[in-house]
Amino acid sequence: MTDAQVSPPALTPSAAAGASSDGAPRISASGVRVFYGEKQALFDIDLDVPDRAVTALIGPSGCGKSTFLRCINRMNDTIPGARVEGRILLDGEDVNDRSLDPVLLRARVGMVFQKPNPFPKSIFENVAYGPRIHGIATSRPELEGVVEQALKRAGLWKEVSDRLDQPGTGLSGGQQQRLVIARAIAINPEVILMDEPCSALDPIATARIEELIDELRAQYCIVIVTHSMAQAARVSQRTAFFHMGRLVEAGPTGDIFTRPGDSRTQDYITGRFG
Amino acid sequence: MTELRPASDDLRAVVARRLKARNAAERRFRLYGRIAIAVALGFLVLLLGRIIQQGWSTFIDYRLTTQVYLDPARIDAADPAGANYDLLIAEQLLKRIGVADDEFGSRSDAMKDLLSGDLGFQVLDRVKADPGLIGKSLTLSAPLKADAGLYFKGQIQRSAPEEERPLTDQQLDWLDRLNADGLVKSGFNTTFLTRSDSTEPEQAGVLGAVVGSALMLILTAALAIPIGVLAATYLEEFAPKNRWTDLVEVNINNLAAVPSIVYGLLGLAVFINWMNVPRSSPLVGGLVLALMSLPTVIIATRSALKAVPPSIREAALALGASRTQTVFHHVLPLALPGVMTGAILSLAHALGETAPLLMVGMVSFVPGVPDALTSASTVLPVQIFIWENASERAFHERTAAAIMVLLAFMILMNLAAVLLRRRFERRW
Repeated sequence: MTDAQVSPPALTPSAAAGASSDGAPRISASGVRVFYGEKQALFDIDLDVPDRAVTALIGPSGCGKSTFLRCINRMNDTIPGARVEGRILLDGEDVNDRSLDPVLLRARVGMVFQKPNPFPKSIFENVAYGPRIHGIATSRPELEGVVEQALKRAGLWKEVSDRLDQPGTGLSGGQQQRLVIARAIAINPEVILMDEPCSALDPIATARIEELIDELRAQYCIVIVTHSMAQAARVSQRTAFFHMGRLVEAGPTGDIFTRPGDSRTQDYITGRFG
Repeated sequence: MTELRPASDDLRAVVARRLKARNAAERRFRLYGRIAIAVALGFLVLLLGRIIQQGWSTFIDYRLTTQVYLDPARIDAADPAGANYDLLIAEQLLKRIGVADDEFGSRSDAMKDLLSGDLGFQVLDRVKADPGLIGKSLTLSAPLKADAGLYFKGQIQRSAPEEERPLTDQQLDWLDRLNADGLVKSGFNTTFLTRSDSTEPEQAGVLGAVVGSALMLILTAALAIPIGVLAATYLEEFAPKNRWTDLVEVNINNLAAVPSIVYGLLGLAVFINWMNVPRSSPLVGGLVLALMSLPTVIIATRSALKAVPPSIREAALALGASRTQTVFHHVLPLALPGVMTGAILSLAHALGETAPLLMVGMVSFVPGVPDALTSASTVLPVQIFIWENASERAFHERTAAAIMVLLAFMILMNLAAVLLRRRFERRW
């Protein structure tokens, strides 16, 4: 389990700054601090995220890993009193740049949440929504093509192809989560953020999602927050360990799990706290 | 060492001792709940029962059908409006039941008091339209005077002392004779539903008030719902949370508690005196009620928006939907059932509102059906108020009947609310 699997640098003329041993990172964070009102949630995070690989963010509850994830697509903007400092470069472009419209950013950075949150609309409408609002597909046949492709890539097509007009909320938890992933990849983003995508699912559904993540890795830059050590070890190539708002260490997943550099990481992954 | 936990036998005893009291408390509470519901239902039945008991007889009327000979000696073809048709009819009826008039014509006057003025107007209209009818006979039908109707309905009793009832013994005898001759027939009172207010109870109806209420309510809905929903959506979804929006919110909540008559005063000062909106029109009434309903619609919409799970907003935003798209594609449609309920409740409230409308002049006597937003009109609750103050007894049963019409109107609106809610309700 080495970095050999990581594919070559992205095609975009990406940031030379902060290049890690993995080649040009897709996302490069430096000095990220987040405040919720008076309370500081993140302290000077420096982290590079490679393209076409899964990066897992692990750590005990409240350590700031979800907060960091939400910085990448500026979902923290929606929380009143939240303030983000520092730089997060996506393909060399600062996501916190005032001139960057969050709508454009979020079209490039998809997100999957902890609890499956399909819209209370049909399966088709769930997947077609993104392409439609962004004007990726306009005519009905075009939309149908996009929806079919996205559902196929999310491994849901076989199960729902005969009932696309039924409500997305009527699916099982695991199916809903795959529907939500299909919805995210229907607009073909560059990055997919996943915030504990399996925490509400049973082991079988979890296995399916993990398989899916593994398949999607070939095309996307994926960042996943997880509470499950085993899941991080199974799906990710790189792992970053957060503790009390600080990034303790980051590196290839194999290294973090076998030779952690910090005693806190060691304690956490061996189950001594968290 | 002290024992922290009782041994298991003790535990049983301890729990069992309190269990009886706990179960008793439970039973007591259920009983109180049932009593409360029974009391509420009892009052409702009492209220509705009283109204129906008082008002149902309005929907039956007693009509007189008779032949009238259009005596050429009494009607001038050149001036048909100059003839006294009421007297003509009364005299012919007297003759028919075999009663001779006295020299002062007081008997025909007494007979005239049993007939609705409508009968005379019908003859006039026919003669005007076709003067060739003079010298011929016409068959006409019209309601009896309200007091005569009350006699047949049993609300004026022959056993009551003569001076305490509006009809004399003689008049009652005549009514019995007319009835025995088969001239009087009872039937459904269509007049009440197809005519507007009148000084004569037997010719008074609620149509004008119903149309006035409907026009006013449509205007209220057209103003209060869009403005209220958009204001609430902006406040809830877009406005920054700061001292100013807090101030706006507090003021909206306070406005919802302002007595409605204050809105009437506002309407009088602003709409009538300053903007010259015609008084007692559905337009001014609708404007006043829209102002009055706005805070309620805003509050209901805001709470409906608050109830939409944040995960839906996050899902849309994370897909790259703009805030406007998020709100209008996802949040507002989910809040729609709640918005509808709030809006229709506030409209139902507006429908029953009287006080502010008195201030903008809707308390006037309007005998016609309003045909425009600016024409003079009355509305159901005010019509009820006017009739309740009338001195004639027959108006009192019409008051109760008008309340029944108002309640039916409200039930229809609530039914519409339920249906709309079902239609738009979605699960998430």
